[in-house]
Parts: sequence; structure tokens; C-alpha cells
Amino acid sequence: MTIDLNNLKAGGFIKERGKDLFTVRLRVPGGRMAIPRLKKIAEVAEKYGGEFVHLSVRQSIELININFKHFAAVVEELGEASQKVASCGARVRVPVACGGCEYNPNGLVDTQKSALEVDQKLFGAPTGHHKFKVAFAGCPFDCPKSATNDVGFQGAVVPKLDPAACIRCGLCAKNCTPGAIIMGEGSKPLLDPHPCIWCGDCVKVCPTGAWEAKRTGYNVRIGGKWGRNPTVGTLFATLLPQEDVVEFITRVLAWYKDKAEGLGRIRLGDIIIKEGPQPLLEYLREKFPASVVAETIPPQIIDNQIGARR
Amino acid sequence: MTTIDLRGVCCPINFVKAKLALEELTTGDVVEILLDDGEPVKNVPRSLKGEGHKLLGLKETAEGHYLLTVEKGEE
Ligand code: SF4
Ligand code: SF4
Ligand code: SF4
Repeated sequence: MTIDLNNLKAGGFIKERGKDLFTVRLRVPGGRMAIPRLKKIAEVAEKYGGEFVHLSVRQSIELININFKHFAAVVEELGEASQKVASCGARVRVPVACGGCEYNPNGLVDTQKSALEVDQKLFGAPTGHHKFKVAFAGCPFDCPKSATNDVGFQGAVVPKLDPAACIRCGLCAKNCTPGAIIMGEGSKPLLDPHPCIWCGDCVKVCPTGAWEAKRTGYNVRIGGKWGRNPTVGTLFATLLPQEDVVEFITRVLAWYKDKAEGLGRIRLGDIIIKEGPQPLLEYLREKFPASVVAETIPPQIIDNQIGARR
Repeated sequence: MTTIDLRGVCCPINFVKAKLALEELTTGDVVEILLDDGEPVKNVPRSLKGEGHKLLGLKETAEGHYLLTVEKGEE
């Protein structure tokens, strides 16, 4: 019997405890699973796998207890429903995303579209150093926890008031959780931009369209990771247009590869801590002057007090 | 004017009740909806707007509840 080991190269086949058994991690960008694909996965899992599948924390479906003899058949049969296997190792991983603006009432941007685009253009690209995770959140609620990724995107809307259209109902002030809107003299809404988190709730509730979106895009946090010695990514860009996402990540990757040269298995956040955030800010600013912030702080270390950093 | 009292009704039941009550009316009818402070006063108006109804105003009552005035939209 011949076994096509090419299947193993890009990863997604993970050795289990049992003899000859592997977990097969499926590629499910943004967690969206078309129903025919789901049926096919169920069929393949039943035929070759154990008694259950596992839903991973990064939105993948993992087939459990797959014997390595069946890799080729599993890949081929999944392929009939265009279902592919994911990656592991030092590569760009499958992007995760929440539902975004399509059906979620809080969503401000099309996170699903972004996740698919990144998956198509960058999935599996070797980084040469370590894993590289990307996530998309639709709004400042940030359910996907953008700041725990190497590059995390979070949808945002900057509101603008057209006073002539305002009927002074006060709904916007009541809806603004951070208290950025107060009803001023003559029941006129007044915006204090400092506490505003760009959630767009005022735009959504305003009955007359007096609040509108002045700018929409992604706030981008870079350098996060979880697990051993966690760090929280920090703000490198605001209101990045959706169409710039792939190019932005590509540029971050280029900087990462260059600066990590010779340093082995090191995550992006640790490079930023080493170099300081300024060089990456400057490098990104050359291409995205309208979005990159003037200054930022390095990824923030969460000192969990076990295992001192070197 | 009809008042739909949704005090003590939590999300999203309050929205569903308001929606059902509005279904009994004709386009252009105006009703008042009495809502609790907190999540209800944030969620219900936005959801009703999303359903195509017209929000006309919001008033705080003496007891700290909110009175939302809504005009029924197109079916
Ligand atoms: S981040 Fe916002 S849009 Fe995405 S799931 Fe959470 S609340 Fe909804
Ligand atoms: S965008 Fe959100 S935080 Fe800013 S003013 Fe509107 S409701 Fe308040
Ligand atoms: S919700 Fe709209 S109409 Fe009502 S006070 Fe605010 S800006 Fe004016």
C-alpha cells in the first residue's frame, strides 16, 4: 500500500495518543459551514473516524481517530464537497470570524467576507518562524478576542451628527453605553469623542438617520497570543478599509519574516517587544498612512506568574 | 393612545410582545411602549426600528421607566 505523504506537508493531520490514529483538522474559515459540506463531513467521519467529531476553539471541525491509512480517501471524499484540511505549524492559520454584519445586529463590517478573502489568499503561507493567527470581530464587543491574535481586526464606525435631521428624542444618548452622548441644551445630543468606542449603536437606534457613519473600517491590533506567556496585541491601525485587509497582513508578514531572521521559532509579538513598536508602525505607515496610528505601545505581557519570561 | 406595558419583561420577550401587539394595529397608528431601564430600553427601540417601525420619542417616567412612542410601519 502506498501512502501519499504530500497530504501531511501543509499540516492539519495531528498525531493522537492511540497507535496509527490521527486527528484531521478541517479548514473552516470564519466558522461558516455550508450544509452540504456538513453532511459530507458527517458521512466521512462516520465511515473513517470515531464516534464523535470535535469542535475546536478556532472554529474548526476535527475528525477524530482517523487511521493514517485512510488519509488519501478522507481527503478525496471531503474534496467532493470542496471541504479542505486545515494547517498547523509555522504557517498562516485559518482565520476565525464572528457572523459580522450579515445577520448579527451588532455587526458593523462584513467579517465573513474578510475571513474568506484572507483564507483564499494567505492560508497556509509559511512564516518561517511560528504560527500566525488572524481573527475578525464585527464590532467592539469583540467576541472573537481580536487582541489575542497575531493580527486581529475589529469592526468600527465613527458617528457623525446631522443636527438638522434630529428630532431630539434622546434615544441615542440612552443607547450610548459608554456615555459619550449627553442631551444638551434644548435636548440636542452632544458627542464627547473621548469615551466613544465607535460601536455605532447611536447610528443604529437613531430613528431619523441624524447619526450616520462618518467612517467605517477595522481597528487592528497586532502582536497578541495566548498559551504560554500570553501577550495582548495593541492598536496599530484604526478604520482600515475592508479592501486593504489582505495587503495589510501581507505587509505585517513581510516585516515579521525580515525581523525574525535567524531567531528561530518566535512569535510576532515577541519580535515587537524586542524591536519596540515604532519600526513596525513606520513600515506599515508607508503603505497605509490614513489608518496607521501615530503611536502605540508594545504588546502587553500578561504576567501569569508561572514560568518567568527570558 | 394605547400603551403596551412591558415592565418586568426581559429581552427578547419584550420585543416579541411589542411586535405582536403592533401586528394588531394599522400602519400609521401610534402607540406607547413602557420599558424597563437597562437592556430593554437599549434593545427594543433598535429592534423595532429594524422591523420597519418609526420611533418618535423616548421619555423617562417619574418611576424611572421609559415610555417609547412608536408609529407602526408598513406591513
Ligand atoms: S463581535 Fe460584535 S458583531 Fe461579532 S458576534 Fe460579537 S457582538 Fe456580534
Ligand atoms: S458610536 Fe457608540 S460609543 Fe460612540 S457615540 Fe455612538 S453609541 Fe456612543
Ligand atoms: S436618536 Fe437621532 S433623532 Fe433622537 S436625539 Fe439622537 S440624533 Fe436626535
